[in-house]
Amino acid sequence: MIGGLQARPAAAPTLPATTTALRARTRSSGRVRKALAAGVWWILSIGLVVTAWEAAAAFHLIDPVILPPPHEFIGEIRNQAQFLMPAVGVERTGANFVALTAIVASVQRVLIGLLLAFVAGVLTGSVAFSFAIVRKLTLPTVTLLAPIAPVAWIPLAIVAFGVGDWSAIFVVFVGIYFTLTLATVKAMTNVDPVYVDAARVLGARRWQIMRYVVLPAAIPALFDLVRMNLFGAWMGVLAAEMVGVNTGLGAIVMVGRSMMNMNLTFLGMAMIGLVGYLLDAAFGVVQRRVLWWRRATEL
Amino acid sequence: MTGVTALECRGVTKVWGESTDREVVALQEIDLVVGRGEFVVIIGPSGCGKSTLLKLLAGLETPTAGRLAHRGEPITGPDVDRSLIFQQPSLYPWLSALDNVAFGLKLRGAPRAERHRRAEEFLRLVGLREFAGKHPHELSGGMQQRVAIARALCVGADALLMDEPFAALDVQTRYQMQSFLLDIWQGSGKTVLFVTHHIDEAVYLADRVVVLTARPGRVLDSVAIDMPRPRSVVGEAFERYRAMLIERLRSEVARAFQEQELVEMLDTRIK
Repeated sequence: MIGGLQARPAAAPTLPATTTALRARTRSSGRVRKALAAGVWWILSIGLVVTAWEAAAAFHLIDPVILPPPHEFIGEIRNQAQFLMPAVGVERTGANFVALTAIVASVQRVLIGLLLAFVAGVLTGSVAFSFAIVRKLTLPTVTLLAPIAPVAWIPLAIVAFGVGDWSAIFVVFVGIYFTLTLATVKAMTNVDPVYVDAARVLGARRWQIMRYVVLPAAIPALFDLVRMNLFGAWMGVLAAEMVGVNTGLGAIVMVGRSMMNMNLTFLGMAMIGLVGYLLDAAFGVVQRRVLWWRRATEL
Repeated sequence: MTGVTALECRGVTKVWGESTDREVVALQEIDLVVGRGEFVVIIGPSGCGKSTLLKLLAGLETPTAGRLAHRGEPITGPDVDRSLIFQQPSLYPWLSALDNVAFGLKLRGAPRAERHRRAEEFLRLVGLREFAGKHPHELSGGMQQRVAIARALCVGADALLMDEPFAALDVQTRYQMQSFLLDIWQGSGKTVLFVTHHIDEAVYLADRVVVLTARPGRVLDSVAIDMPRPRSVVGEAFERYRAMLIERLRSEVARAFQEQELVEMLDTRIK
């Protein structure tokens, strides 16, 4: 569950200031060196694939119309550039799409969907955790709904919400909401009983235990779950954009196909990969900032 | 001993898993009286229900039979008058040391400034004033237990129920924590009921040591430790009490051990 987090040695408060400062410096320079080394491997890894791909195209081993080499499909940005700047929203303009706004549209849908699902899932889960009757009535149904993949909800989404933002948001929402509800009940059940006992001894009432102990203790596990489901949600949005919602990165890929402009398709795919990676990295940063105490206590 | 009663158990019995086929009698007919301001240490073989007794007195569990009272008032649930300090870390990792100590006041709706001022006082009392902003994972095990003690005192607890609070600490830290606890207790008028496995700890700390039997736990003996404070852990008097308590415990431990073996043997037979 917590593989993505890295343990950081706890600060040593008793050390003299100079030693601490020295330690911090060595640590940060060590970290820089590590990051640099990782960057080199990234460049080598991608460079290897790009080189092989370019070479295969140069020696006519592959058909550049079907598998355009990187320099060609990245060059497609030039053709799209005229559409990058104007604030036209997420609209279709001829064969091209406004790339920047397409990214914004897709990312917005994922984030709004995840946020709504997180709030709703934690709320439902909390109620189910607190009241046995609610739990017994809802959990069996929720357990059956949870394994339905986000993509499987697309037809219903399009019928119910039409082609637009809310269709894609619904797909993300419904794809994670049930799982998160289950996870909330589980995480709250798993909260160390000593935390609850300590609060009771200090005179906490039921709702106070929920608000000040169970909820904060359960949140990190739930955040992990959201992050693990990020790629699933991302795929859900793109798939929705491909089959019905006619804007966003998913739609770019599909337009490239129908116009037989594989440059556009590959450009779209490259952006999907890059943005997906950046989203996950951003989640990691937020996780470390907001839930910093967790590394030290559970790793 | 002041002679005024603080904690009181009369015929207290606790059965776990009642009306199931796995019924376990944890405590049987416990009679125990702790005077106000008294420091009583409970020892006994593992699984004799020492922790259960503290949970009952804290109001976290209800007894199957018998009567519990604190200062003459029947115990019906948790109360800030009686605070339980746990063996395992129980500070909230997402709160700073200061906010952990102030937690009980927050629950009572005390304004932020006031609860921080009071919490700071108690952090100073346990010698951790300058660690107010640190979080539990930045503190050593001994420091964490001192914060937990400050948290219990901050809500105005009159009786401290301590469930092997120093068991997880290394020997050096444990010695420090023992004298630290005595410093806080002496002259405070607080009542302490302290559970431990360590006979040395019991003799060093206690006004009186209560020995429980193996399960089901009953009171086997109550030994007043008549030694002046501050005590030394070496010397004839200390050794005498130590030897006496070990002797009392040994037969009980042996009995518990035999029973355990018997149970295990029967279990394997059944399988």
